[in-house]
Amino acid sequence: MSATRRREGLLGWLFVAPATLHLLVFALFPIGYAIYLSLFKWQLFKGTQQFAGLSNFAIAFREEAFWNALWNSARYALVGVPLGMVVALAVALLVNQRLPGMSVFRTLFYTPAISSGVAVAMVWIYVYLPETGLINSAIGLVNAVFGTRFPTSTDFLARSDLAMWMLVFMSVWTGLGPRMVLFLAGLVGIPQSIYEAAELDGAGRWRVLRSVTLPLLAPTTLFVLVTSSIGALQVFTPVYMMTRGGPEDTTDVIGYHIYNEAWVNFNMGLAAAKSLALFVIIAAVAAFQFRLMRSRLEGYSAT
Amino acid sequence: MRTARSMLSKALSYLALTALGAFLLAPFAWMVLVSLHPKRAPIPTLDRLVPPDPQWSNYSLVLLSENLPLSRFFLNSLFVTASVVVAQLLIASLAAYGFAKLRFRGSGLLFAVFIGSLMLAGPVVQIPVFLMARGFGWLDTYWALIMPGASSAFSVFLLRQFFMQLPRELDEAARLDGAGDFRIYWKVVLPLSRAALATAGAFIFFGVWTDFFWPLLSTSSTEMRTLEVGLSVFKNSYGGSYWPLQMTAAVIVMAPLLLVFLFTQRYFVKGVTLGGIK
Repeated sequence: MSATRRREGLLGWLFVAPATLHLLVFALFPIGYAIYLSLFKWQLFKGTQQFAGLSNFAIAFREEAFWNALWNSARYALVGVPLGMVVALAVALLVNQRLPGMSVFRTLFYTPAISSGVAVAMVWIYVYLPETGLINSAIGLVNAVFGTRFPTSTDFLARSDLAMWMLVFMSVWTGLGPRMVLFLAGLVGIPQSIYEAAELDGAGRWRVLRSVTLPLLAPTTLFVLVTSSIGALQVFTPVYMMTRGGPEDTTDVIGYHIYNEAWVNFNMGLAAAKSLALFVIIAAVAAFQFRLMRSRLEGYSAT
Repeated sequence: MRTARSMLSKALSYLALTALGAFLLAPFAWMVLVSLHPKRAPIPTLDRLVPPDPQWSNYSLVLLSENLPLSRFFLNSLFVTASVVVAQLLIASLAAYGFAKLRFRGSGLLFAVFIGSLMLAGPVVQIPVFLMARGFGWLDTYWALIMPGASSAFSVFLLRQFFMQLPRELDEAARLDGAGDFRIYWKVVLPLSRAALATAGAFIFFGVWTDFFWPLLSTSSTEMRTLEVGLSVFKNSYGGSYWPLQMTAAVIVMAPLLLVFLFTQRYFVKGVTLGGIK
Protein backbone atom coordinates (compact mmCIF):
# COMPACT_ATOMS: atom_id res chain seq x y z
CA MET A 1 0.00 0.00 0.00
CA SER A 2 2.69 2.47 0.95
CA ALA A 3 4.62 1.55 -2.19
CA THR A 4 1.67 2.54 -4.40
CA ARG A 5 1.32 5.73 -2.36
CA ARG A 6 4.93 6.55 -3.03
CA ARG A 7 4.50 5.70 -6.69
CA GLU A 8 1.47 7.99 -6.88
CA GLY A 9 3.48 10.74 -5.18
CA LEU A 10 6.27 10.45 -7.71
CA LEU A 11 3.77 10.35 -10.58
CA GLY A 12 2.05 13.44 -9.25
CA TRP A 13 5.30 15.38 -9.35
CA LEU A 14 5.99 14.06 -12.85
CA PHE A 15 2.66 15.37 -14.09
CA VAL A 16 3.11 18.82 -12.58
CA ALA A 17 6.84 19.02 -13.36
CA PRO A 18 6.70 20.89 -16.72
CA ALA A 19 4.24 23.49 -15.43
CA THR A 20 6.18 23.87 -12.18
CA LEU A 21 9.45 24.30 -14.06
CA HIS A 22 7.81 26.98 -16.18
CA LEU A 23 6.45 28.67 -13.07
CA LEU A 24 9.92 28.64 -11.53
CA VAL A 25 11.60 30.10 -14.59
CA PHE A 26 8.99 32.66 -15.65
CA ALA A 27 7.37 33.71 -12.37
CA LEU A 28 9.24 32.77 -9.19
CA PHE A 29 12.82 33.32 -10.34
CA PRO A 30 11.89 36.67 -11.97
CA ILE A 31 10.36 37.86 -8.70
CA GLY A 32 13.64 37.10 -6.94
CA TYR A 33 15.55 38.68 -9.80
CA ALA A 34 13.41 41.82 -9.49
CA ILE A 35 14.23 42.05 -5.80
CA TYR A 36 17.93 41.68 -6.65
CA LEU A 37 17.71 44.34 -9.39
CA SER A 38 15.95 46.76 -7.08
CA LEU A 39 19.08 46.90 -4.94
CA PHE A 40 21.24 48.21 -7.77
CA LYS A 41 21.65 51.45 -9.61
CA TRP A 42 21.80 50.44 -13.25
CA GLN A 43 21.25 52.02 -16.63
CA LEU A 44 20.47 49.40 -19.25
CA PHE A 45 22.85 49.39 -22.26
CA LYS A 46 25.43 51.51 -20.48
CA GLY A 47 27.18 51.59 -17.15
CA THR A 48 27.65 48.81 -14.68
CA GLN A 49 25.45 47.71 -11.84
CA GLN A 50 26.24 49.61 -8.67
CA PHE A 51 25.01 48.25 -5.40
CA ALA A 52 22.69 50.85 -3.94
CA GLY A 53 21.02 49.15 -1.01
CA LEU A 54 17.49 50.37 -0.53
CA SER A 55 18.17 53.76 -2.06
CA ASN A 56 16.01 53.00 -5.12
CA PHE A 57 13.03 52.67 -2.81
CA ALA A 58 14.00 55.88 -1.04
CA ILE A 59 14.27 57.65 -4.40
CA ALA A 60 10.91 56.30 -5.55
CA PHE A 61 9.10 57.34 -2.41
CA ARG A 62 10.55 60.84 -2.56
CA GLU A 63 9.63 61.26 -6.22
CA GLU A 64 6.55 63.35 -6.86
CA ALA A 65 5.99 61.67 -10.24
CA PHE A 66 5.79 58.25 -8.57
CA TRP A 67 3.15 59.41 -6.09
CA ASN A 68 1.32 61.12 -8.90
CA ALA A 69 1.26 57.84 -10.84
CA LEU A 70 -0.02 55.96 -7.79
CA TRP A 71 -2.69 58.60 -7.25
CA ASN A 72 -3.75 58.35 -10.90
CA SER A 73 -4.02 54.57 -10.66
CA ALA A 74 -6.02 54.94 -7.47
CA ARG A 75 -8.43 57.33 -9.20
CA TYR A 76 -8.70 55.01 -12.18
CA ALA A 77 -9.42 51.96 -10.03
CA LEU A 78 -11.57 53.57 -7.34
CA VAL A 79 -14.00 55.02 -9.87
CA GLY A 80 -13.66 52.57 -12.75
CA VAL A 81 -13.99 49.31 -10.83
CA PRO A 82 -17.18 50.08 -8.82
CA LEU A 83 -18.76 51.76 -11.84
CA GLY A 84 -17.86 48.87 -14.11
CA MET A 85 -19.20 46.36 -11.58
CA VAL A 86 -22.53 48.13 -11.09
CA VAL A 87 -23.06 48.38 -14.84
CA ALA A 88 -22.04 44.75 -15.36
CA LEU A 89 -24.36 43.54 -12.59
CA ALA A 90 -27.27 45.53 -14.02
CA VAL A 91 -26.63 44.06 -17.46
CA ALA A 92 -26.28 40.56 -16.01
CA LEU A 93 -29.65 40.93 -14.27
CA LEU A 94 -31.19 42.07 -17.55
CA VAL A 95 -29.83 39.24 -19.68
CA ASN A 96 -30.51 36.67 -16.97
CA GLN A 97 -34.25 36.93 -17.65
CA ARG A 98 -35.89 34.01 -19.41
CA LEU A 99 -36.68 35.87 -22.60
CA PRO A 100 -35.95 34.97 -26.21
CA GLY A 101 -32.80 36.44 -27.70
CA MET A 102 -30.89 36.85 -24.45
CA SER A 103 -27.98 34.70 -25.63
CA VAL A 104 -27.54 37.02 -28.61
CA PHE A 105 -27.21 39.99 -26.25
CA ARG A 106 -24.76 38.11 -24.05
CA THR A 107 -22.54 37.39 -27.03
CA LEU A 108 -22.84 40.96 -28.23
CA PHE A 109 -21.85 42.41 -24.87
CA TYR A 110 -18.80 40.19 -24.67
CA THR A 111 -17.38 41.39 -27.99
CA PRO A 112 -15.35 44.38 -26.72
CA ALA A 113 -13.47 42.05 -24.37
CA ILE A 114 -12.13 39.83 -27.17
CA SER A 115 -11.27 42.78 -29.38
CA SER A 116 -7.82 44.02 -30.20
CA GLY A 117 -6.91 46.52 -27.49
CA VAL A 118 -4.97 48.61 -29.99
CA ALA A 119 -7.85 48.74 -32.51
CA VAL A 120 -10.29 49.61 -29.72
CA ALA A 121 -8.01 52.40 -28.48
CA MET A 122 -7.78 53.78 -32.03
CA VAL A 123 -11.55 53.89 -32.31
CA TRP A 124 -11.95 55.51 -28.90
CA ILE A 125 -9.48 58.24 -29.82
CA TYR A 126 -12.05 59.13 -32.43
CA VAL A 127 -14.97 58.88 -29.98
CA TYR A 128 -13.39 61.66 -27.93
CA LEU A 129 -12.19 63.96 -30.75
CA PRO A 130 -13.37 67.59 -30.77
CA GLU A 131 -16.02 68.53 -33.37
CA THR A 132 -15.87 65.35 -35.47
CA GLY A 133 -15.66 62.79 -32.66
CA LEU A 134 -18.62 60.54 -31.90
CA ILE A 135 -19.61 62.32 -28.68
CA ASN A 136 -19.19 65.83 -30.07
CA SER A 137 -21.02 64.95 -33.32
CA ALA A 138 -23.85 63.51 -31.26
CA ILE A 139 -24.00 66.76 -29.28
CA GLY A 140 -23.99 68.63 -32.59
CA LEU A 141 -26.91 66.52 -33.75
CA VAL A 142 -28.83 67.36 -30.57
CA ASN A 143 -28.07 71.03 -31.14
CA ALA A 144 -29.35 70.85 -34.70
CA VAL A 145 -32.58 69.09 -33.73
CA PHE A 146 -33.46 70.97 -30.55
CA GLY A 147 -31.83 74.30 -31.29
CA THR A 148 -29.62 74.04 -28.21
CA ARG A 149 -26.09 75.36 -28.10
CA PHE A 150 -24.03 72.82 -26.23
CA PRO A 151 -20.32 73.14 -27.05
CA THR A 152 -19.01 70.63 -29.60
CA SER A 153 -15.36 71.58 -29.35
CA THR A 154 -14.43 69.74 -26.15
CA ASP A 155 -11.16 67.90 -26.69
CA PHE A 156 -11.85 65.25 -24.09
CA LEU A 157 -8.43 63.58 -24.12
CA ALA A 158 -6.52 66.89 -24.04
CA ARG A 159 -8.30 68.28 -20.99
CA SER A 160 -6.40 67.54 -17.78
CA ASP A 161 -9.66 67.56 -15.80
CA LEU A 162 -11.40 65.10 -18.14
CA ALA A 163 -8.87 62.73 -19.73
CA MET A 164 -8.73 60.29 -16.81
CA TRP A 165 -12.51 59.96 -16.66
CA MET A 166 -12.60 59.28 -20.37
CA LEU A 167 -10.26 56.33 -19.84
CA VAL A 168 -12.44 55.19 -16.94
CA PHE A 169 -15.58 55.41 -19.08
CA MET A 170 -13.90 53.36 -21.78
CA SER A 171 -12.87 50.71 -19.23
CA VAL A 172 -16.51 50.22 -18.28
CA TRP A 173 -17.18 49.45 -21.94
CA THR A 174 -14.23 47.09 -22.49
CA GLY A 175 -14.61 45.31 -19.14
CA LEU A 176 -18.33 44.70 -19.37
CA GLY A 177 -18.25 41.24 -20.96
CA PRO A 178 -16.12 39.24 -18.52
CA ARG A 179 -17.70 40.88 -15.47
CA MET A 180 -21.20 40.27 -16.82
CA VAL A 181 -20.45 36.61 -17.49
CA LEU A 182 -19.03 36.15 -13.98
CA PHE A 183 -22.14 37.73 -12.45
CA LEU A 184 -24.32 35.54 -14.67
CA ALA A 185 -22.53 32.45 -13.41
CA GLY A 186 -23.20 33.62 -9.86
CA LEU A 187 -26.86 34.37 -10.57
CA VAL A 188 -27.43 30.94 -12.09
CA GLY A 189 -26.07 29.43 -8.87
CA ILE A 190 -28.79 31.00 -6.70
CA PRO A 191 -31.53 28.40 -6.12
CA GLN A 192 -34.89 29.32 -7.64
CA SER A 193 -36.67 28.15 -4.46
CA ILE A 194 -35.27 31.12 -2.50
CA TYR A 195 -36.82 33.52 -4.99
CA GLU A 196 -40.13 31.69 -4.75
CA ALA A 197 -40.04 31.88 -0.97
CA ALA A 198 -39.30 35.61 -1.12
CA GLU A 199 -42.20 36.11 -3.52
CA LEU A 200 -44.53 34.22 -1.19
CA ASP A 201 -43.43 36.55 1.58
CA GLY A 202 -44.57 39.40 -0.62
CA ALA A 203 -41.14 40.87 -1.23
CA GLY A 204 -41.01 43.35 -4.10
CA ARG A 205 -38.37 43.30 -6.81
CA TRP A 206 -36.13 45.84 -5.18
CA ARG A 207 -36.37 44.06 -1.85
CA VAL A 208 -35.53 40.71 -3.46
CA LEU A 209 -32.50 42.26 -5.11
CA ARG A 210 -31.27 43.77 -1.84
CA SER A 211 -32.08 40.94 0.53
CA VAL A 212 -31.67 37.84 -1.62
CA THR A 213 -29.68 38.39 -4.80
CA LEU A 214 -26.91 40.69 -3.57
CA PRO A 215 -26.06 38.77 -0.38
CA LEU A 216 -26.02 35.42 -2.18
CA LEU A 217 -23.94 36.92 -4.94
CA ALA A 218 -21.28 38.13 -2.49
CA PRO A 219 -18.64 35.49 -3.34
CA THR A 220 -18.95 36.33 -7.05
CA THR A 221 -18.81 40.04 -6.25
CA LEU A 222 -15.61 39.49 -4.29
CA PHE A 223 -14.04 37.57 -7.16
CA VAL A 224 -15.00 40.28 -9.67
CA LEU A 225 -13.82 43.01 -7.32
CA VAL A 226 -10.41 41.45 -6.77
CA THR A 227 -9.72 40.56 -10.41
CA SER A 228 -11.01 43.92 -11.67
CA SER A 229 -8.90 45.83 -9.15
CA ILE A 230 -5.77 43.90 -10.08
CA GLY A 231 -6.47 44.55 -13.75
CA ALA A 232 -7.18 48.25 -13.17
CA LEU A 233 -3.94 48.76 -11.25
CA GLN A 234 -1.99 47.33 -14.19
CA VAL A 235 -3.71 49.13 -17.07
CA PHE A 236 -1.34 50.01 -19.90
CA THR A 237 -2.53 49.74 -23.51
CA PRO A 238 -5.19 52.52 -23.57
CA VAL A 239 -2.82 54.95 -21.84
CA TYR A 240 0.02 54.08 -24.20
CA MET A 241 -2.19 54.42 -27.27
CA MET A 242 -4.46 57.33 -26.32
CA THR A 243 -2.89 59.79 -23.89
CA ARG A 244 0.75 58.83 -23.34
CA GLY A 245 0.21 59.72 -19.70
CA GLY A 246 -0.88 63.26 -20.53
CA PRO A 247 -2.18 65.88 -20.41
CA GLU A 248 0.15 67.16 -17.68
CA ASP A 249 0.70 63.63 -16.38
CA THR A 250 -2.93 63.34 -15.27
CA THR A 251 -3.27 59.89 -16.86
CA ASP A 252 0.26 58.73 -16.06
CA VAL A 253 -0.89 55.58 -14.28
CA ILE A 254 1.58 53.37 -12.44
CA GLY A 255 1.76 50.69 -15.16
CA TYR A 256 2.68 53.30 -17.75
CA HIS A 257 5.00 55.10 -15.31
CA ILE A 258 6.99 51.92 -14.68
CA TYR A 259 7.11 51.24 -18.42
CA ASN A 260 8.67 54.66 -18.97
CA GLU A 261 11.13 54.25 -16.12
CA ALA A 262 12.32 50.93 -17.54
CA TRP A 263 12.04 51.26 -21.30
CA VAL A 264 12.41 54.98 -21.93
CA ASN A 265 14.72 56.10 -19.10
CA PHE A 266 16.33 52.62 -18.80
CA ASN A 267 16.63 52.97 -15.02
CA MET A 268 16.27 49.26 -14.44
CA GLY A 269 16.96 49.22 -10.71
CA LEU A 270 14.56 52.05 -9.97
CA ALA A 271 11.93 50.54 -12.26
CA ALA A 272 12.29 47.18 -10.51
CA ALA A 273 11.87 48.89 -7.13
CA LYS A 274 8.72 50.63 -8.35
CA SER A 275 7.32 47.40 -9.77
CA LEU A 276 7.89 45.72 -6.42
CA ALA A 277 6.05 48.56 -4.70
CA LEU A 278 3.14 47.97 -7.08
CA PHE A 279 3.31 44.24 -6.35
CA VAL A 280 2.97 44.93 -2.62
CA ILE A 281 0.11 47.36 -3.22
CA ILE A 282 -1.78 44.85 -5.35
CA ALA A 283 -1.28 42.12 -2.77
CA ALA A 284 -2.45 44.46 0.00
CA VAL A 285 -5.52 45.57 -1.94
CA ALA A 286 -6.47 41.96 -2.71
CA ALA A 287 -5.95 40.89 0.91
CA PHE A 288 -7.94 43.86 2.19
CA GLN A 289 -10.84 43.08 -0.12
CA PHE A 290 -10.85 39.44 0.95
CA ARG A 291 -10.99 40.44 4.63
CA LEU A 292 -13.65 43.05 4.07
CA MET A 293 -15.88 40.65 2.22
CA ARG A 294 -15.32 37.86 4.69
CA SER A 295 -16.54 39.98 7.58
CA ARG A 296 -19.54 40.99 5.47
CA LEU A 297 -20.29 37.35 4.66
CA GLU A 298 -20.14 36.41 8.33
CA GLY A 299 -22.50 39.26 9.07
CA TYR A 300 -25.03 37.83 6.67
CA SER A 301 -24.91 34.30 7.99
CA ALA A 302 -25.33 35.59 11.56
CA THR A 303 -28.62 37.38 10.86
CA MET B 1 -53.07 44.09 -14.87
CA ARG B 2 -50.34 41.69 -14.07
CA THR B 3 -49.70 40.70 -17.67
CA ALA B 4 -49.75 44.33 -18.74
CA ARG B 5 -47.04 45.08 -16.20
CA SER B 6 -44.93 42.14 -17.25
CA MET B 7 -45.36 43.14 -20.90
CA LEU B 8 -44.15 46.60 -20.03
CA SER B 9 -41.19 45.32 -18.11
CA LYS B 10 -40.28 42.99 -21.00
CA ALA B 11 -40.48 45.86 -23.46
CA LEU B 12 -38.31 48.02 -21.19
CA SER B 13 -35.75 45.23 -20.87
CA TYR B 14 -35.47 44.85 -24.62
CA LEU B 15 -35.28 48.60 -25.03
CA ALA B 16 -32.44 48.88 -22.51
CA LEU B 17 -30.57 45.93 -24.00
CA THR B 18 -30.91 47.23 -27.55
CA ALA B 19 -29.75 50.69 -26.54
CA LEU B 20 -26.76 49.18 -24.77
CA GLY B 21 -26.01 46.92 -27.72
CA ALA B 22 -26.10 49.89 -30.07
CA PHE B 23 -23.78 51.77 -27.74
CA LEU B 24 -21.36 48.84 -27.67
CA LEU B 25 -21.42 48.36 -31.42
CA ALA B 26 -21.35 52.01 -32.47
CA PRO B 27 -17.55 52.33 -32.39
CA PHE B 28 -17.17 49.13 -34.45
CA ALA B 29 -19.75 50.27 -36.99
CA TRP B 30 -17.99 53.61 -37.24
CA MET B 31 -14.69 51.84 -37.79
CA VAL B 32 -16.07 49.89 -40.76
CA LEU B 33 -17.84 52.89 -42.31
CA VAL B 34 -14.83 55.20 -42.03
CA SER B 35 -12.59 52.54 -43.54
CA LEU B 36 -14.60 52.88 -46.76
CA HIS B 37 -14.09 56.62 -47.16
CA PRO B 38 -11.47 57.97 -49.61
CA LYS B 39 -8.09 57.54 -47.97
CA ARG B 40 -7.32 61.26 -47.73
CA ALA B 41 -10.81 62.22 -46.60
CA PRO B 42 -11.21 64.03 -43.27
CA ILE B 43 -13.14 62.36 -40.48
CA PRO B 44 -16.76 62.34 -41.65
CA THR B 45 -19.46 63.94 -39.55
CA LEU B 46 -22.26 61.65 -38.45
CA ASP B 47 -24.65 62.74 -41.21
CA ARG B 48 -22.04 61.91 -43.87
CA LEU B 49 -20.85 58.73 -42.23
CA VAL B 50 -22.16 56.33 -44.88
CA PRO B 51 -19.72 56.67 -47.77
CA PRO B 52 -21.53 57.45 -51.04
CA ASP B 53 -18.82 55.66 -52.98
CA PRO B 54 -17.29 52.88 -50.81
CA GLN B 55 -13.55 52.62 -51.35
CA TRP B 56 -12.96 48.89 -51.15
CA SER B 57 -9.55 49.58 -52.65
CA ASN B 58 -8.45 50.80 -49.19
CA TYR B 59 -8.37 47.17 -48.17
CA SER B 60 -6.09 46.03 -50.96
CA LEU B 61 -3.99 49.16 -50.37
CA VAL B 62 -3.46 48.34 -46.70
CA LEU B 63 -3.13 44.59 -47.21
CA LEU B 64 -0.45 45.08 -49.87
CA SER B 65 1.23 48.11 -48.29
CA GLU B 66 5.00 47.89 -48.06
CA ASN B 67 5.13 50.00 -44.88
CA LEU B 68 2.93 47.50 -43.21
CA PRO B 69 3.60 43.83 -44.03
CA LEU B 70 0.24 42.75 -42.66
CA SER B 71 0.50 39.22 -44.03
CA ARG B 72 3.79 38.79 -42.21
CA PHE B 73 2.26 40.14 -38.97
CA PHE B 74 -0.68 37.82 -39.45
CA LEU B 75 1.56 34.78 -39.92
CA ASN B 76 3.60 35.80 -36.86
CA SER B 77 0.46 36.12 -34.74
CA LEU B 78 -0.86 32.83 -36.09
CA PHE B 79 2.34 30.90 -35.47
CA VAL B 80 2.91 32.35 -32.01
CA THR B 81 -0.69 31.92 -30.91
CA ALA B 82 -0.94 28.36 -32.25
CA SER B 83 2.31 27.37 -30.54
CA VAL B 84 1.27 28.88 -27.24
CA VAL B 85 -2.19 27.30 -27.35
CA VAL B 86 -0.79 23.82 -28.04
CA ALA B 87 2.06 24.06 -25.51
CA GLN B 88 -0.11 25.58 -22.81
CA LEU B 89 -2.93 23.07 -23.24
CA LEU B 90 -0.47 20.19 -23.04
CA ILE B 91 1.59 21.44 -20.09
CA ALA B 92 -1.36 22.83 -18.16
CA SER B 93 -3.54 19.75 -18.67
CA LEU B 94 -0.73 17.50 -17.39
CA ALA B 95 -0.41 19.65 -14.28
CA ALA B 96 -4.18 19.86 -13.89
CA TYR B 97 -4.38 16.06 -13.96
CA GLY B 98 -1.68 15.86 -11.30
CA PHE B 99 -3.50 18.32 -9.06
CA ALA B 100 -6.97 16.91 -9.64
CA LYS B 101 -6.37 13.16 -9.68
CA LEU B 102 -3.16 12.37 -7.85
CA ARG B 103 -2.26 12.80 -4.21
CA PHE B 104 1.30 13.87 -3.57
CA ARG B 105 3.17 15.61 -0.82
CA GLY B 106 3.16 19.38 -1.18
CA SER B 107 0.47 19.50 -3.85
CA GLY B 108 -1.74 21.85 -1.83
CA LEU B 109 1.08 24.29 -1.24
CA LEU B 110 2.27 24.10 -4.83
CA PHE B 111 -1.23 24.76 -6.12
CA ALA B 112 -1.48 27.79 -3.84
CA VAL B 113 1.79 29.10 -5.30
CA PHE B 114 0.31 28.69 -8.79
CA ILE B 115 -2.80 30.67 -7.82
CA GLY B 116 -0.74 33.32 -6.04
CA SER B 117 1.46 33.84 -9.08
CA LEU B 118 -1.66 34.14 -11.21
CA MET B 119 -2.90 37.06 -9.16
CA LEU B 120 0.30 38.87 -8.33
CA ALA B 121 3.24 38.23 -10.61
CA GLY B 122 2.11 40.44 -13.52
CA PRO B 123 3.80 43.80 -12.97
CA VAL B 124 7.00 42.49 -11.39
CA VAL B 125 8.14 39.98 -13.97
CA GLN B 126 8.31 42.22 -17.05
CA ILE B 127 11.80 43.58 -16.44
CA PRO B 128 13.42 40.33 -15.26
CA VAL B 129 11.86 38.25 -18.03
CA PHE B 130 13.04 40.78 -20.60
CA LEU B 131 16.58 40.62 -19.22
CA MET B 132 16.44 36.82 -19.15
CA ALA B 133 15.22 36.72 -22.75
CA ARG B 134 18.08 39.05 -23.65
CA GLY B 135 20.54 36.78 -21.85
CA PHE B 136 19.22 33.72 -23.71
CA GLY B 137 19.51 35.58 -27.02
CA TRP B 138 15.75 35.29 -27.49
CA LEU B 139 14.95 38.94 -28.12
CA ASP B 140 13.33 39.57 -31.47
CA THR B 141 12.83 35.83 -32.05
CA TYR B 142 9.83 33.52 -31.75
CA TRP B 143 11.32 32.05 -28.58
CA ALA B 144 10.71 35.30 -26.71
CA LEU B 145 7.15 35.45 -27.99
CA ILE B 146 6.30 31.82 -27.23
CA MET B 147 8.24 30.57 -24.21
CA PRO B 148 6.83 32.85 -21.48
CA GLY B 149 3.34 31.73 -22.49
CA ALA B 150 4.09 28.01 -22.78
CA SER B 151 2.28 27.40 -19.51
CA SER B 152 -0.02 29.49 -17.36
CA ALA B 153 -1.43 29.20 -13.89
CA PHE B 154 -4.80 30.29 -15.21
CA SER B 155 -5.09 27.29 -17.55
CA VAL B 156 -3.88 24.93 -14.85
CA PHE B 157 -6.60 26.27 -12.55
CA LEU B 158 -9.35 26.14 -15.17
CA LEU B 159 -8.57 22.58 -16.28
CA ARG B 160 -8.13 21.34 -12.72
CA GLN B 161 -11.62 22.59 -11.86
CA PHE B 162 -12.99 20.60 -14.77
CA PHE B 163 -11.00 17.42 -14.15
CA MET B 164 -12.22 17.38 -10.54
CA GLN B 165 -15.80 17.21 -11.79
CA LEU B 166 -15.16 14.11 -13.87
CA PRO B 167 -16.62 11.07 -12.10
CA ARG B 168 -13.92 9.00 -10.42
CA GLU B 169 -15.55 5.76 -11.56
CA LEU B 170 -14.31 6.40 -15.10
CA ASP B 171 -10.62 6.39 -14.31
CA GLU B 172 -11.11 3.63 -11.74
CA ALA B 173 -12.63 1.44 -14.45
CA ALA B 174 -9.66 2.14 -16.71
CA ARG B 175 -7.31 1.41 -13.81
CA LEU B 176 -8.93 -1.99 -13.29
CA ASP B 177 -8.24 -2.68 -16.95
CA GLY B 178 -4.59 -2.14 -16.15
CA ALA B 179 -4.17 1.34 -17.55
CA GLY B 180 -1.52 3.57 -15.99
CA ASP B 181 -1.98 7.26 -15.21
CA PHE B 182 -0.46 8.54 -18.43
CA ARG B 183 -2.79 6.27 -20.38
CA ILE B 184 -5.79 7.41 -18.32
CA TYR B 185 -4.80 11.03 -18.83
CA TRP B 186 -4.40 10.63 -22.56
CA LYS B 187 -7.15 8.10 -23.37
CA VAL B 188 -9.83 8.86 -20.80
CA VAL B 189 -9.52 12.31 -19.26
CA LEU B 190 -8.47 14.36 -22.28
CA PRO B 191 -11.12 12.96 -24.67
CA LEU B 192 -13.79 13.58 -22.02
CA SER B 193 -12.56 17.13 -21.55
CA ARG B 194 -12.88 18.40 -25.08
CA ALA B 195 -15.23 21.18 -23.99
CA ALA B 196 -12.89 22.27 -21.19
CA LEU B 197 -9.88 22.17 -23.50
CA ALA B 198 -11.77 24.23 -26.07
CA THR B 199 -12.68 26.72 -23.36
CA ALA B 200 -9.11 27.04 -22.11
CA GLY B 201 -7.91 27.16 -25.72
CA ALA B 202 -10.29 30.01 -26.52
CA PHE B 203 -9.12 32.02 -23.52
CA ILE B 204 -5.47 31.41 -24.44
CA PHE B 205 -6.10 32.29 -28.09
CA PHE B 206 -7.60 35.69 -27.36
CA GLY B 207 -5.13 36.45 -24.59
CA VAL B 208 -2.11 35.77 -26.78
CA TRP B 209 -3.48 37.14 -30.04
CA THR B 210 -4.38 40.48 -28.46
CA ASP B 211 -1.39 40.68 -26.13
CA PHE B 212 0.33 44.00 -26.64
CA PHE B 213 2.81 44.70 -23.88
CA TRP B 214 5.15 41.73 -24.15
CA PRO B 215 5.43 41.57 -27.98
CA LEU B 216 6.02 45.34 -27.94
CA LEU B 217 8.94 44.89 -25.54
CA SER B 218 10.47 41.72 -26.86
CA THR B 219 10.49 42.41 -30.60
CA SER B 220 12.08 45.26 -32.50
CA SER B 221 12.29 44.36 -36.18
CA THR B 222 9.28 44.76 -38.46
CA GLU B 223 9.45 41.10 -39.51
CA MET B 224 8.92 39.91 -35.94
CA ARG B 225 5.96 42.14 -35.07
CA THR B 226 2.62 40.58 -34.29
CA LEU B 227 -0.61 42.04 -35.68
CA GLU B 228 -1.36 43.91 -32.48
CA VAL B 229 2.02 45.62 -32.28
CA GLY B 230 2.12 46.11 -36.06
CA LEU B 231 -1.17 47.96 -35.88
CA SER B 232 0.12 50.32 -33.20
CA VAL B 233 3.25 51.00 -35.27
CA PHE B 234 1.07 51.71 -38.31
CA LYS B 235 -1.08 54.07 -36.30
CA ASN B 236 1.86 55.96 -34.88
CA SER B 237 3.72 56.21 -38.17
CA TYR B 238 0.71 57.68 -39.96
CA GLY B 239 0.14 59.94 -36.98
CA GLY B 240 -3.60 60.26 -37.34
CA SER B 241 -3.45 61.82 -40.81
CA TYR B 242 -5.08 58.97 -42.74
CA TRP B 243 -8.07 58.00 -40.68
CA PRO B 244 -9.72 55.83 -43.32
CA LEU B 245 -6.54 53.78 -43.78
CA GLN B 246 -6.04 53.48 -40.02
CA MET B 247 -9.55 52.19 -39.66
CA THR B 248 -9.05 49.82 -42.57
CA ALA B 249 -6.06 48.35 -40.75
CA ALA B 250 -8.07 48.16 -37.53
CA VAL B 251 -10.89 46.29 -39.30
CA ILE B 252 -8.40 43.86 -40.81
CA VAL B 253 -6.96 43.17 -37.36
CA MET B 254 -10.41 42.80 -35.80
CA ALA B 255 -11.92 40.55 -38.47
CA PRO B 256 -10.18 37.26 -37.58
CA LEU B 257 -10.86 37.89 -33.89
CA LEU B 258 -14.58 38.34 -34.46
CA LEU B 259 -14.64 35.31 -36.73
CA VAL B 260 -12.99 33.07 -34.14
CA PHE B 261 -15.22 34.52 -31.43
CA LEU B 262 -18.31 33.65 -33.44
CA PHE B 263 -17.31 29.98 -33.27
CA THR B 264 -16.03 29.92 -29.70
CA GLN B 265 -18.35 32.34 -27.92
CA ARG B 266 -20.35 29.65 -26.14
CA TYR B 267 -17.17 28.43 -24.42
CA PHE B 268 -16.62 31.78 -22.74
CA VAL B 269 -19.74 31.55 -20.61
CA LYS B 270 -18.91 27.95 -19.81
CA GLY B 271 -15.29 28.70 -18.94
CA VAL B 272 -16.12 31.42 -16.51
CA THR B 273 -18.72 29.22 -14.87
CA LEU B 274 -16.08 26.53 -14.46
CA GLY B 275 -13.38 28.80 -13.15
CA GLY B 276 -15.80 30.73 -11.02
CA ILE B 277 -16.16 30.25 -7.34
CA LYS B 278 -18.84 27.99 -6.04
